[in-house]
This record gives sequence, C-alpha cells and structure tokens, in this order.
Amino acid sequence: MVDQPIVEVRDLKKTFAVKHAGGTSTLHALSGVNFDIMRGETLGLVGESGSGKTTAGRILVGLIPASSGTVSLFGHDIAGANGKAQLAAVRSRLQFVFQDPYASLNPRMRIGSAIAEPIDIAGTHSRKDRNDRVAELLELVGLPRNSVERYPHEFSGGQRQRIVIARALALNPDFVVCDEPVSALDVSMQAQIVNLLLDLQERLGLSYLFIAHDLAVVRAVSTRVAVMYAGSIVEFAPKAKIYSDPQHPYSRALLDAVPRADPDFVRHPVVAGEVPSLLDPPPGCSFHPRCAYAMDRCRVEAPSLRESGPGRHVACHLFSA
Amino acid sequence: MIMPLLSVRNLTVQFRVDSGWVTAVDDVSLDVGEGDCVGIVGESGSGKSVTALSILQLHQRATTRIPSGTITYQGQDLLRERGSTMRRIRGSEIAMIFQDPMSSLNPVLTIADQISETLRQHQGLTGVAARKRVVELLGLVRIPDATRRADDYPHRLSGGMRQRVMIAMAIACKPRLLIADEPTTALDVTIQAQILELLRDLRKELKMSVMLISHDLGVIAEFAQSVIVMYAGRVVEEAPVAQLFRRPVHPYTVGLIAAVPKLDSDAPRLATIAGRIPGPQEIIVGCRFSPRCALVQPRCRDEPPLMQPVSDGQSARCPPRILVLGERHG
Repeated sequence: MVDQPIVEVRDLKKTFAVKHAGGTSTLHALSGVNFDIMRGETLGLVGESGSGKTTAGRILVGLIPASSGTVSLFGHDIAGANGKAQLAAVRSRLQFVFQDPYASLNPRMRIGSAIAEPIDIAGTHSRKDRNDRVAELLELVGLPRNSVERYPHEFSGGQRQRIVIARALALNPDFVVCDEPVSALDVSMQAQIVNLLLDLQERLGLSYLFIAHDLAVVRAVSTRVAVMYAGSIVEFAPKAKIYSDPQHPYSRALLDAVPRADPDFVRHPVVAGEVPSLLDPPPGCSFHPRCAYAMDRCRVEAPSLRESGPGRHVACHLFSA
Repeated sequence: MIMPLLSVRNLTVQFRVDSGWVTAVDDVSLDVGEGDCVGIVGESGSGKSVTALSILQLHQRATTRIPSGTITYQGQDLLRERGSTMRRIRGSEIAMIFQDPMSSLNPVLTIADQISETLRQHQGLTGVAARKRVVELLGLVRIPDATRRADDYPHRLSGGMRQRVMIAMAIACKPRLLIADEPTTALDVTIQAQILELLRDLRKELKMSVMLISHDLGVIAEFAQSVIVMYAGRVVEEAPVAQLFRRPVHPYTVGLIAAVPKLDSDAPRLATIAGRIPGPQEIIVGCRFSPRCALVQPRCRDEPPLMQPVSDGQSARCPPRILVLGERHG
C-alpha cells in the first residue's frame, strides 16, 4: 500500500561543534540529505562509520535537533520553528530500537515494568488493560508470559532485543527507527530478530527506517535502500537495483568489500583509502580521493542526487548528462 | 607424517564461578601445520577465543584451570612452560592480534615507542637500528608516510591504521604462527577487506601460519584453507574450506551457513536456527546442540557424540548424520 509518504526529509543538515586545543571546529555530520519513507515500507540506510546514518535516525525520532532543513513526520515538521510542539503531536507514533539490548534495559527493572513504561508514562490504560497489553506484547514478540516478573540478566541478547521491541510497540507506533538492531547478536539469533521485525511489519503495518552497516541484513529487510557516505546519500534505489546494478562507485566498492560465505567467490580489487575527516571534508565529491573513476570535475564540484532511472537516484558526475 | 607446527589435543579449559567450575572449552583438538591458514568459527560462548588464549597462556591464571589436554608447539609442551620460556614464545614464535586495536595500544606512547619495545625485548634492537626497523615494519603493513606516522600517538590514527600498527608489532619478530582473534570485527567493511588482503599478503611474504578466529563465515570463507566449527565449547566439525561450505555435515554448521544473510537472496525471510545458544552453566548431557537440532534422536541426548571422520579431511561430531550420509553415498 503506497500513498503519501509518512516521513519527508528535505535538505537535512547537522553540524556539531568540536572543541580542541586550537579552538572549535565544525563537524559536518549531515550535509543536505533528502529522502521519503512510505507507509508500510522499510527504508534501509547503509553506510560505514561517520556516514551520518545514525545521526539521521536520531534526528528523525527527535533525540537531537537538526541544524537546518525539514523533517516532516505525518505532516508535522519537527525541525522547523515550532519543532517541539510538532514533535509532541507525533511523539507516540514514533519509536526506536537501538543496537545494544544490554544498554537499553534497566537491569533493576522487571521485564513487565520495562515493557509497560511507555504505557505508564502515557497514562492511557487502566491497571488491568495495562497488564493485558503487556501479556499481548510478550506474545507478539515470542516471549513467554511469565517473563513479566523476571529481570534482564535472565535473558540472552536475542531475547533482550525482543523485550526492547515489545516496549517499542507498546503504544502502537506507526514508524520505528531501528539503528543496528541485530549487529550485537550472533548469526543464529540475528536471523530470528530480522524475521520478527518482518512479521511485525506485516501484522501491524509498521514503517521502518532500518539503519545498518551490514548490506546483507539490509537487503533482507528493506523495500528501498539509501547508501550514505561522509554525510550524504550517494545512491537511493529500490532494493533489487542497488544489489544487482549499483551505480555509484562507492556502492559498488561497498558491495565488493563484503566477505561472502562462498569460497569460490572471486573478489574485485579492494577500494583503497579511508573515509575522509568530517572536520575537513575534501572539496567536490567526498568519495573522489578513493574513486577509481574520479575526473577533474569531481575534485571541485559536489554532485547532487539526481534521478538516474525509474525510482532511482545517484549523486555522481558519471551519471549526469 | 610430518609433525604440525602447533598441535592441541583434547584441551579442556574451565573457569571458576561461584558454584564451582564451568567448562568453557571441552575436549578440543586441532592442528596448525607449517604455512597453514586455519579458521575457527563460532558464535558467543563457543570457546574459540578461550582456546586461542590458552595456547599463549594469556588467560587469568587465578580463575582458570586446564584439567586435561596438551598444547604442543614444535614438539614442546607449552602447558608445562612458564615465565621466561612463554615470554620468548609469545611474540617471537607465536604472535597474537585482537579485535580492538585501541585497547591493545598504550595511548601515551608513540607508535614508534611501542613497536621498539617489542624489538628491544625480543631482538635487542635499540636506537637508530630500532627506528629503522620500525619504519620498515610500518611500510610492510602499508601505512602511508611511515617515517612521519611513527611519531604519532594512537589517537591520531583511524581504526584501520591502528590495526595495521598492531599487525606491525605482531610480525616484528617474524613469528611462525600468527593468531588473529576477530582482527576485523571492529572495522568498517571496506577497511576489513584491506586488512584481510594485508594479512593474506604478509602470510605469503613471511611464510607464517595463521590461525584466524571469527564469528563471520564470510571472513572465514575468504581467508581460511581449513575450518574448525565450534559450538558451546566443543568442536562440532572440521573440514577444508570448500568442502565445509559445499557439503556441511553437522546440523549446526548447516544451520549457521543457511542463517547468514546473503547479498544475492530475495527470500522473504531468513533461515533460522530455533532456540538459543546455551549458557556456560547450563548442563546438557548429550550433544550440546541437541535442544536446537531438527534431526535430534534419543541417543543424542544420552551421551556426548564423538568426532568421526566423514571423508578426506572432514570430520564431524554427529554420528546419526554421518550414518545417514554414509548410507546415501555407500
């Protein structure tokens, strides 16, 4: 079901002031990011350290303010002048799940209270309704009902992530930001949680922003994928296109670098160099120092994200007419 | 038969907890031959890191005991050695690198200081000679502008560069065996590819044997020649790399390979292994994987299965499955 986007991000910028011995520098975490998320879809945001993917996710759930740009959630601009009030209006429709299920749960709080916390804060349920809802949530995420009285340390990493997901769903959100939700888990646990997120999306009609560094996990969950590099989206396309026909040289390098569980796989040459400093980004395209196809133009002019095919966009001079 | 460089036999390692001793590594045997590249793969609690730490006696002595087993390096039983012999072996014979290069480096010493320390301890190199060797080593691990980089402090380097420094320290004394414990797990994927390529090149250039420990089957598939799969403290399967991925035998290996998300798959759901990894204190009498195994039989729950050969170089700890395979092929 595709209709109006529930999330519209336009020219989102975020800078951080970094203090050091010589004074203060500006770190450009996000330099003008645009994307939409449709109802019921999953947008996968992939990139390496410093790409800005986590910063984007944190702005979307209102954990940190944007420096400039528009972040419209269900038609409310939380980055605008009246951002606080706009955020309050949509607060209960947003939730997030983070990487570390050990850090996300209070070790001294019983599971029942942890899951009910959003309900208790909202103050919308009677005692009985609250307890019924907790039991319902536990069942939804595949945990036994008797977990209510137990403490986080009694659960494995995978089970804790189920608890965190149950808590995120307590107030029936429409949109959930998942930031590396399975990265801390073992492979056999990771698959269970990915499938749970997919099942929940189907049953509850959720939309996800799924942030991860693991391209294969992103493929398993996403409808569309945005590849980020050094604070910008370099490519944005339907999932199948990104993986079968990546356009941006960085997307290709990233896919080529993933180790395959296939001893017969012959890898392309590894991309050289490292991610640039966000305190002093290179002029032009931020990938040009590592790019095998860099031209003179790439060194001076930053490419903008342009349409490069049906439903797909790329920020690369190789694709501009 | 030629004696392997390193041979671990029936190693059992236990940790002290409040209620007594728990077994972290149970009856593990493995060989690393001259020039071999052996991968050890497993999830949390599989015992892969503990096995590696025991080889160099880097575990906490007060809370660890090794009730049985032998670790033989070039005919020498390492479990009988202490003090100065182990110090000589660590670094100059067997070197180790770890997951997190930042916690392995001293933040208040320059890169050159830290590498020189190894050179002084093991090779008696000081002054200009040590400096020259430091720059040479940094060049060997492909650190650009090595002469200048040598005087940097660790915080000035990226994660990938720090891991290169750790590798430079590890190869400083030309060890014959390098144990790499999740060397690329903390790194971004493009940097991981660079470090794996570097390790591959160095292995050839220096004719080192490598023992690579990883949770990532992709890293193992690309790097190792032979693979040992561990689960809950035991080796469950051992095979040449191509065979392991083409014809896995143990149900855990089969499940693990299937559960890895694939870059080229459009399956609507990932394959899973039901249940969860048992904790170290959980007592499972028979096969440790039996509570999660789809092919479980009554006898699997009664007694621990033994490793059995399947075919050339491949063996597994799953008699029922080996029997079925044998009937199918025979």
